[in-house]
Amino acid sequence: MHLARVIGTVVATAKYEALVGHKLLVIQPLDARRNHDGRPVIAVDSVGAGVGEVVMWCRGKESSFPFLPRNTPTDCTIVGIVDTIHLEEVTQ
Amino acid sequence: MILGRVVGNVVATQKNDRYEGSRVMIVEPIGLEGERSGAEFLALDSVDSGPGDVVLVVREGWAASTAATGRPQAAIDSAIIGVVDHIDFE
Repeated sequence: MHLARVIGTVVATAKYEALVGHKLLVIQPLDARRNHDGRPVIAVDSVGAGVGEVVMWCRGKESSFPFLPRNTPTDCTIVGIVDTIHLEEVTQ
Repeated sequence: MILGRVVGNVVATQKNDRYEGSRVMIVEPIGLEGERSGAEFLALDSVDSGPGDVVLVVREGWAASTAATGRPQAAIDSAIIGVVDHIDFE
């Protein structure tokens, strides 16, 4: 899983049936210091996230599991809304 | 499996219910000499690891879901499955 910030929403009227009712969000991946880490991607929301929030997200086939038993075609899903990030200064 | 170092953790109150009961750790991937080898990512902890620990991490859904929750088919793509004591080379 990775961190990201929700930066927008996607509206798609014509979409695969199993995606109807799900929110599509634009997320900007972040590293642990909240710096941008790669290009934005589109994710399906499973937790009620909104624009501006820092979230954790999952990619791959696992992304469709929150929506079982419905087989939902997603490879990127938001699985949590982040309250705090604790980062320790770890010496090698 | 890869080697990583635990550098922190994330707290999320509102989350997928399969994440309940496990800590979400921030892991940086490392090489065999302990050097950082890529960008950090999040992994569920199944072995009570802590900051500074060198850990074994699976980055595949079946393995990660099973390790972290006891059964597959959770939206979990990475899990910590061991704390490394030492690595020996021949």
